[in-house]
Amino acid sequence: MIERFDPLKGERLRILDEDGRAAPDLDPHLPEAELRALYDRMVQARAADAKALKLQRQGRLGTYAPSLGHEATQVGLASAMSRDDWFFPYFRDLGAFLTLGYPLADYYHFWMGNEAGLRTPDGLNIFPIAIPVGSQVPQAVGAGIAAKYRKLGIAIVTTFGDGATSEGDFHEGLNFAGVFKTPNVFVCVNNQFAISVPRSRQSAAPTLAQKAIAYGFPGVQVDGNDVLAVFAATREALTVARSGGGPTLIETYTYRMGDHTTSDDAARYRTKDEVREWERRDPLARFRLYLGHKGLWDDAYEKEVQAAAADLVEKAVAEAEARPPASVDDIFAYTYAAAPPDLEAQRAELKASLPEGRR
Amino acid sequence: MIMTMVQAINRALAGEMERDGRVVVFGEDVGRDGGVFRATEGLFDKFGPDRVMDTPLAESAAIGAAIGMAALGLRPVPEIQFMGFIYPAFNQIISHVARMRNRTRGRFTAPLTVRTPYGAGVKALEHHSESTEALFCHIPGLTVVVPSSPYDAKGLLAASIRSDDPVLFLEPTKLYRAEKQEVPEAPYEIPLRQAAVVREGRDLTIVAWGAMIPVAREAASAAEASGVGVEIIDLRTLSPMDRETILTSVKKTGRALVLHEAPKTCGLGAEIAATIGESALLSLKAPVLRVTAPDITVPLPKSEDLYYPNAERVLRTVRRLMEY
Repeated sequence: MIERFDPLKGERLRILDEDGRAAPDLDPHLPEAELRALYDRMVQARAADAKALKLQRQGRLGTYAPSLGHEATQVGLASAMSRDDWFFPYFRDLGAFLTLGYPLADYYHFWMGNEAGLRTPDGLNIFPIAIPVGSQVPQAVGAGIAAKYRKLGIAIVTTFGDGATSEGDFHEGLNFAGVFKTPNVFVCVNNQFAISVPRSRQSAAPTLAQKAIAYGFPGVQVDGNDVLAVFAATREALTVARSGGGPTLIETYTYRMGDHTTSDDAARYRTKDEVREWERRDPLARFRLYLGHKGLWDDAYEKEVQAAAADLVEKAVAEAEARPPASVDDIFAYTYAAAPPDLEAQRAELKASLPEGRR
Repeated sequence: MIMTMVQAINRALAGEMERDGRVVVFGEDVGRDGGVFRATEGLFDKFGPDRVMDTPLAESAAIGAAIGMAALGLRPVPEIQFMGFIYPAFNQIISHVARMRNRTRGRFTAPLTVRTPYGAGVKALEHHSESTEALFCHIPGLTVVVPSSPYDAKGLLAASIRSDDPVLFLEPTKLYRAEKQEVPEAPYEIPLRQAAVVREGRDLTIVAWGAMIPVAREAASAAEASGVGVEIIDLRTLSPMDRETILTSVKKTGRALVLHEAPKTCGLGAEIAATIGESALLSLKAPVLRVTAPDITVPLPKSEDLYYPNAERVLRTVRRLMEY
């Protein structure tokens, strides 16, 4: 399916139109439970994201990068992954984390300012989020090389924004992936902005997906607000990767509805009209229409899903806030496998300088 | 078996690859060519292209890839062809390699060993004589190792590869083929974080590492002729530093000289001098002095001799310390 959409011809994979009608030849015809799961996750991601913003405004959570508008991309790509695959995320991936089973309390805990929240629970193949832009791309490729070397039959998914495609690590990473023919799926979440700098200032290329061609593997641009399109494209790329067919670059064409982070004011660099235009393409609204056409959605169901999401969020906040702050031992213990004597001395000195309750 | 340092490094790599299937070697020219210094010679034929990988010419991707390989259970040993070309990988090393264990509270680590030839003294091209170890010693989480002999090179490299911490293994190019030494065939480890007293003396301590060890020895022999007993400490692991061995020696001799080929300001000598000042002040009979490269860019080969610390400069400083 991917090869039917040539980025050099400006073709973009879309399955759902804005009225929620699926293109018959492209609809993946997922079972009802899976369709509802996609929707449930998107609702959860939106609720969890809104809560994080609220917590930040109240001083209960640090600087935060909101995910509003990215739900279809995040949930779509993660839903296509299997438990054995690996995920190398960037910093705006809340819906993917939730879908892959990362505890929301941990996610909040990290953004509240504690490294303990970045400790992926054992058994989940999720690398810590990368904050230096694009730096996760070669790491994901290394994981791909290792997966191939160990004949694991798995794939590695990594995400990054449109701004990351200007970084050297993006180009070096994709080039490695092409040469080593690694089982990687690169998902470029093109949300049109790198903080304030628009997509047009990142690259003169008409699409970001076409960059894959120069590295010797396919790229496809997908409607990033169409959860079925993201899911189907990722699933296909994963199948190719796992079976030794090499990497794929997927560009999910979407829009960052919120600010870059809570420290940003997007009103400085974009118009209300533009934002309103994208509100019309809301990924949840579109999928809700699709579910409605299939008789899988009504007001009662919506209430049920929203209540479940609210419950999930409140429990996670309570859990994260109940955790103790990091101790001196916590911040020293993980610098080396075993601390050298100097570091032990520094730890003791710091402890001795602190009041009892803060050690 | 009698061998050079570069042969000892080669044997260490082969030995570790034999005993541990997780160890993989990669970089630019390390495969079929065996590395520009021949450090990986024969490994490609012996272990195959899946474990000895020629990569595209991209230092950041090589180190970034090593992080991902480590996450999936490998023990990567990437080679950066010269230390002067490690800077594109700086972000990966500092922002990820060094802090992986800490930022994931131990769920992920980066047990990789980055090998790179370093230092001046072989009349190489511009950018091929860098000695910027202090940049890396400043970063918590990294281990920085420099061997000064074939025997140490083999044992320290084995220990680095087996270490659960990331190691930057700096190979002094000037010493690659400078001397031959008996090196055991069987694998062995020299513990990291342990300096060695490579010459004993009662009057003065020289702290040095890598290619400065032969310079220190030459100066020490000359000093002995005039009745000054010089003790030499080979730091071997620059970070985390074995301060105890330094302090024990300085408490005995009362005089300390730090010798390094890197520029003076904010070089590792400053840290060593501060350590001695903090913990052995009352043992000192003279201030701690440094013999280093000047704070200038490494000159091109025609002027390299002006830059590189030599035994004569060390001796002059030894005399100053003795006459203080």
